[in-house]
Amino acid sequence: MPAITTRGLSKTYRVADKKPGLLGTLRHFIKRRHREIEAVKVVDLDIAPGEVVGFLGPNGAGKTTTLKMLTGLVHPTAGEVSVLGHEPFKRRPELLKQITLVMGNKQQMIWDLPPMDSLHVNAAVYGVPDDEAMRRVKVFAEMLGLDEELTQPVRKLSLGQRMKCELVAALLHHPKVLFLDEPTLGLDLNAQTAVRQFLKQYNEEQQASILLTSHYMADITALCERVVVIHEGAILYDGSLDGVIERFAPLREVKLDLGGHADDAVLRRFGEVEVNDGRSARLLVQRQTLTETVGRVLAELDVEDLTVTDPPIEDVIARLFASGDGKAEQGTTDAHG
Amino acid sequence: MKRYLKTLVLFWSASISAEMEYRANFILATLSSLASMGGALFALWALLRTEYAMAGWSFDQALIVVGIYTMLDGLQQTLLAPNRQQINEFVRNGTLDFVLIKPVDAQFWLSARKVSVWGVPNTLLGMALIVYVASFRLEPAAALTDYPRLVVPLAAGILIYYALGYLLSTLTIWFTKLSNVTHAMHALLEAGRYPVGAYPPAYRVFFTFVVPVAFMTTVPADALLGRAQPAWVLGGLAIAAVLLVAARLFWLFALRFYTSASS
Repeated sequence: MPAITTRGLSKTYRVADKKPGLLGTLRHFIKRRHREIEAVKVVDLDIAPGEVVGFLGPNGAGKTTTLKMLTGLVHPTAGEVSVLGHEPFKRRPELLKQITLVMGNKQQMIWDLPPMDSLHVNAAVYGVPDDEAMRRVKVFAEMLGLDEELTQPVRKLSLGQRMKCELVAALLHHPKVLFLDEPTLGLDLNAQTAVRQFLKQYNEEQQASILLTSHYMADITALCERVVVIHEGAILYDGSLDGVIERFAPLREVKLDLGGHADDAVLRRFGEVEVNDGRSARLLVQRQTLTETVGRVLAELDVEDLTVTDPPIEDVIARLFASGDGKAEQGTTDAHG
Repeated sequence: MKRYLKTLVLFWSASISAEMEYRANFILATLSSLASMGGALFALWALLRTEYAMAGWSFDQALIVVGIYTMLDGLQQTLLAPNRQQINEFVRNGTLDFVLIKPVDAQFWLSARKVSVWGVPNTLLGMALIVYVASFRLEPAAALTDYPRLVVPLAAGILIYYALGYLLSTLTIWFTKLSNVTHAMHALLEAGRYPVGAYPPAYRVFFTFVVPVAFMTTVPADALLGRAQPAWVLGGLAIAAVLLVAARLFWLFALRFYTSASS
């Protein structure tokens, strides 16, 4: 049985329609006008136990609304949704004890007290016995490199330390399904890495399913083998991470360290020039002609070093959404293929 | 049940610890609490000097109502007001999400999460006033065995007040910002500062049947004075029960419309 299943899931919000300025505000105060927004049009998903799925899409695509329907915070307008065999919006304790929600832009810990106090509250709420809770805290703290942070008031912690403590609080009850909404938002690189490793380890040890949204593609590439791309409330792509790049990124990036100066005009013969400062350059080359192009580059230019990488997936996704739907990019691939 | 009890203890100890985290604020709040108690005592003294009497109520009998009002006000400052305020913040910041996803009743969480020690002085002052008037000024003085008569109508009064507050707070789910709920609730309680009989008839009906202020202060006072009719005491309990059920249903209804703030 999948951990998460949805069929035809949709949500329509009624939002206030208000013109800017004081006059608009006054009019709105007297006569409210509303319009309907289809945040999620149709989402069909199946997520297996232990699976880690990256949920991608531009702001307003419907990622968060979907997460909120899966966690039972928001009632679906239509469609079916099942998490661990429960309908989340009924908010049965049996289900709530097995799931968790982490939001990078919100925090649940008590601001004026050390995280330990919030952890005690959560242990009581989830019915985890004290000694067992403390044992789990110790294990998590070690994995995340936390120590005296747990006994300092939350308000004195850095963002990274706070998010690590939030994770301990969110996972104290050993949930089977994790919903993570931008869990690394605003964290520095070290903290991001620590959070990723922690989540990976938790996923492996507990065989927990994870549905993750993030703007940092490193999160996605480090954790997810499968990604779901959502755009304007509908699923655009559901498949392997490599598949996204193949399908939506027909270009690869070739980095060159050059022995001598090469003009843009020269480089343009091989591909689209991204950067060229005379000694090093970055070119975008069609995937299909890569081998041949690299051969030509090595033969015709004075190359000291050459590396081929996928363009950052951020760029791939950004291009994908800039083009409105995935088809334009695919068209390019076809034209050159 | 045991889980809820343990959670409650942790809620309250965390709430008090958080308050004590800021030492200067704690000291200032203690001083201001003492000062407001002084103010309340002064108002009482002013009343005592004039010995003003209202229809059907001797001055001392009316003082019992004032005592009950002061005690209820203290109790609501301790137990109810901080939580009402917090519901507002939760809805506005979207942190209500974290409450709703916990395997405990959200209404319990939102009603019991916080406790404030600043209502304690008023509670004690009110109790002292009740005992002083009832046992030392009233003719005939109240016996120790008269006090238990206060329990049921007082409990009904507190529950009515809680349920009305929760009903109003629930509206924040739609309106997001309703911080005036606290002021509205306080104004309501303040109407119970004097016996309902002291108001003109139209108000009397309003405070008894529209907003049941009479059941919060006047009926308990009558009970202590040994002149409350059972129908009024039972009526208070019935109203409390109806309002509690209404608050619960309205809350569950409201959650269907919760959309959660920001993203």
